Amino acid sequence: MENIFISFSRELGYYEVDLAGNFVILKMRVPHTESDGEDKMDDQIQYNEIIDVCLLAGKIMLSNGAETSRVEDTMVRIAAAFGCGDSHSFSTPTGIIFSLDGMHPASKLIRVSHRSTDLHKVTLVNSISRSISSKEMTPAEAFSRLKQIERAGMGYPLWGQIFAAFIASGCFLIMFQGQWTDFIWSCIAGGMGFSCLLYLHRLLEVRFFAEFIASLVVGLAAIFFVHIGVGSHLDTIIIGAVMPLVPGLLITNAARDLIAGHLVSGLSKGADAGLTALAIGAGISAAFVFL
Amino acid sequence: MLAQLITSFIASAAFGIIFNVPKSSLFQCGLVGMIGWIVYYLLVENDINSIMATMASAFIVAVISQYFAKRFKTPITIFNVSGIIPLVPGGLSYNAMKHFVVNDFYVAVQMAAKVFMLAGAIAMGLIFAEVMNQLVLKYNRRKIRMRG
Repeated sequence: MENIFISFSRELGYYEVDLAGNFVILKMRVPHTESDGEDKMDDQIQYNEIIDVCLLAGKIMLSNGAETSRVEDTMVRIAAAFGCGDSHSFSTPTGIIFSLDGMHPASKLIRVSHRSTDLHKVTLVNSISRSISSKEMTPAEAFSRLKQIERAGMGYPLWGQIFAAFIASGCFLIMFQGQWTDFIWSCIAGGMGFSCLLYLHRLLEVRFFAEFIASLVVGLAAIFFVHIGVGSHLDTIIIGAVMPLVPGLLITNAARDLIAGHLVSGLSKGADAGLTALAIGAGISAAFVFL
Repeated sequence: MLAQLITSFIASAAFGIIFNVPKSSLFQCGLVGMIGWIVYYLLVENDINSIMATMASAFIVAVISQYFAKRFKTPITIFNVSGIIPLVPGGLSYNAMKHFVVNDFYVAVQMAAKVFMLAGAIAMGLIFAEVMNQLVLKYNRRKIRMRG
């Protein structure tokens, strides 16, 4: 903390920080030259830049599935590395409030409306925050790097994700004591369900409906395979094929947030996970109507 | 047993792809998932309550994730998620749902309660690992301070 305050004063020359025991005494230099007004303007711009960098980093992390404590911690660390040791961040799954204290108190709010899962971006922002902390980046540089990350596409191609869901379904079937003869049918049902989910996510605003339809497809496919006689155990096929739809990240993050004391985020993520699970259950139950 | 090892490794790594984890971490994701699942599997095979087994393996998953996160300097979530996924009580919640659909509420509510217990067990495992991590950190810090 001490270093941060001292470097801050050296750069800007507005006030000095003395550390006397535990007390921090702020001394403001009396403005007496004419150019001081302009300087203040420049400072304001610089502070806005820092806030923008913090908010962008927070937004990317939050909308790609990082836990709340990581988002808040990263934002405060970035601000501290740029010389604003006194900052506060409050983030919920749907928005972030960030404020700087000190000589130029300012706060901004950013709304996060779209959420997806891309842990690669979270890792990238994390490493950028590390290099900011070791003072290797200016705010402008960091901002352009973050913008690049935000605009970048998903880490894996679409077919790769569908193939992963395809394989995962079969593997889960074996893990839940299914038979190898059902392996391929669970794979196909899971792959169909997951592709359905990806497609409907783009088409619809309502996420839970996409999950409902996807699990309905999984159920119908499994019932069809058992009906024509190629699959033997309906239950294990459905359980395996439905696993790629399970909101695993939400469950983990909800638990982690609650543990860390971020009650608002934890509860709302838990509700999100619960609704998703309910949608999946409803989809499977709807498929049973056709049984 | 071998089939369980291989399938749990592949399933966890595949989940890593679904969650877009960096390519360099995929192997570790699979490893965490495999170890967590094998611990659970062996405990359940030896007639240990599935709630205790889930808690133990969630704990182990979290400890290994913490190690990997420190070692590879990546967010811990990446490893945690892939390790937790196999422990999610998918089969039991499916059965609960099935009983709800046929109006067999007596069995369905029992199963749903157990699903909640298992979810709580996962959370408890994570909490224990977190607490242990903090204790270790504090202990190390104190040791450094005493030396300095």
